[in-house]
Amino acid sequence: MSTLSAPTLDITAIRQQFPILHQQINGKPLVYFDNAATNQKPESVINALNGYYSGYNANIHRGIHALAEKATAAFEDTRKAVQQFIGSREVEEVIFTKGTTEGINLVAATWGRMSLQAGDEIIISTMEHHSNIVPWQLLCEEKGAVLRVIPISESGEIIWEEFEKLLSAKTKLVSIVHASNALGTINPVQKVIKAAHAVGAKVLVDGAQASAHLALDVQTLDVDFYVFSAHKLYGPTGVGILYGKRALLEAMPPYQGGGEMIAEVSFEKTTYNVIPYKFEAGTPNIADVVALKAAIDFVNQYGKSAIAAHEDALLQYATEKVGAIEGIRLVGTAAHKVSVLSFVLEGMHPFDVGMMLDAKGIAVRTGHHCTQPLMKRLGLEGTIRASFAIYNTFEEIDTLVSALKDLAAKRKK
Amino acid sequence: MTIQEIQNEIIAEFSLLDGDKEMILTYIMELGERLPPMDESLKVEENIIKGCQSKVWLSTRLEGDKVLYLADSNTQITKGLISLLIRVLSGQKPEDIMTADLYFIEKIGMGQVIGSQRSNGFSSMIKQMRLYAVAYQTKLQS
Repeated sequence: MSTLSAPTLDITAIRQQFPILHQQINGKPLVYFDNAATNQKPESVINALNGYYSGYNANIHRGIHALAEKATAAFEDTRKAVQQFIGSREVEEVIFTKGTTEGINLVAATWGRMSLQAGDEIIISTMEHHSNIVPWQLLCEEKGAVLRVIPISESGEIIWEEFEKLLSAKTKLVSIVHASNALGTINPVQKVIKAAHAVGAKVLVDGAQASAHLALDVQTLDVDFYVFSAHKLYGPTGVGILYGKRALLEAMPPYQGGGEMIAEVSFEKTTYNVIPYKFEAGTPNIADVVALKAAIDFVNQYGKSAIAAHEDALLQYATEKVGAIEGIRLVGTAAHKVSVLSFVLEGMHPFDVGMMLDAKGIAVRTGHHCTQPLMKRLGLEGTIRASFAIYNTFEEIDTLVSALKDLAAKRKK
Repeated sequence: MTIQEIQNEIIAEFSLLDGDKEMILTYIMELGERLPPMDESLKVEENIIKGCQSKVWLSTRLEGDKVLYLADSNTQITKGLISLLIRVLSGQKPEDIMTADLYFIEKIGMGQVIGSQRSNGFSSMIKQMRLYAVAYQTKLQS
């Protein structure tokens, strides 16, 4: 099977860097296919965390001692690494958050509150994660604005003509997922951004599922806000990135008040710090930010195109093999997908399939994947989702296929 | 059979499965298939047990001084789990159900097999079954 793999990647050597993969679950070798929920961490990331706490833990930015210097430098080095990783013009346009969800909430609470008025419209798509639905619902409720939803086709792609119909002078924001966590669909975000800008709307792209798979250049995209999480990028949990264009970030009011985000405080009037610090109140998650750089270095070491080629090959192989099993129906068959394979096994609830696979050492996700409106649209309670990362192998897919065949046979009994 | 005798029987059956998670889950699903069917008219909102990830319907009736339970679920493993509880508790007296020590759950290693989220759902099922027993006990005493 290895002939199908991208020639540049030595998957066996890559697997060696992930200690967690080398264990047995229920007496069987672990097959980790829950990468869209969170992917595993290479040793370099784990070592970076350990190195920070054992070598230079200190609070950043205002300390004058050596450890504070070192911690501050490492923290800001990550910001520079992120800037290069996403292609932003300026390093100040990179804001550290807790994750994708906080990034979206930050934009809704600051830019949204500042910019929206009654009757204005926000457009999202049917395939959004709850994180890219609920913050906008809250905002619309507060402002008397209207949330509009782009419908999708049976294959799980946005219907372009319907999107165009929704766009108008009332549209203030289009907030759309780059790659769907439930279906894998890659949305034509460049086209979306262009069309939205043509009516004067801003665009936020939820890049949670895209950051580890798709090439990204925020300047070429001309996106206004781009958000993602470190933990889906081989990095630690609890850190995310909000990219925003300088002019927008500068015009936005602060998100939370506290230390770090201020320039000067008096009881009469407080002036705020410059970006990015204006949006980073309180002691940030220093250790995890520091370790995020190791995750970015890890991805850069192999290159996104080589990683994507490997994952695409895995997806194609899994799509053919799993799709051919009697009783299995694939859910989400868009032409362009990240390495997410969603499916249902007729006559067996996704929970049961998930538990039976777990008993065989295979970790998948089951349920609605925090996309209940999407599941409703597809007429499903949930799906079984296998999602692949750099360290997954064709042999592991064979293990999944054989386990699913067993279950499909049991179901027919 | 008494609640204790049935529990011991279940423990003996599960001990044959050698702690193999796959075999245990397969067996639980088979038990679910053997559960007497529940009439569709009973699968209404008020019969849904809250606190379960999957849908579980439970209905009861009193026959003489014994409580009879009927249940169903949209997932096979959950159906199997509730079938175990029905096997132990259905046909027993309310006061015995209220006070029963359900030691078989720990003895067959249910927690490790079904995980913490489903264990919470399992506890909700037991709680609901006991609540019905309390209600019937009150009725019988009045």
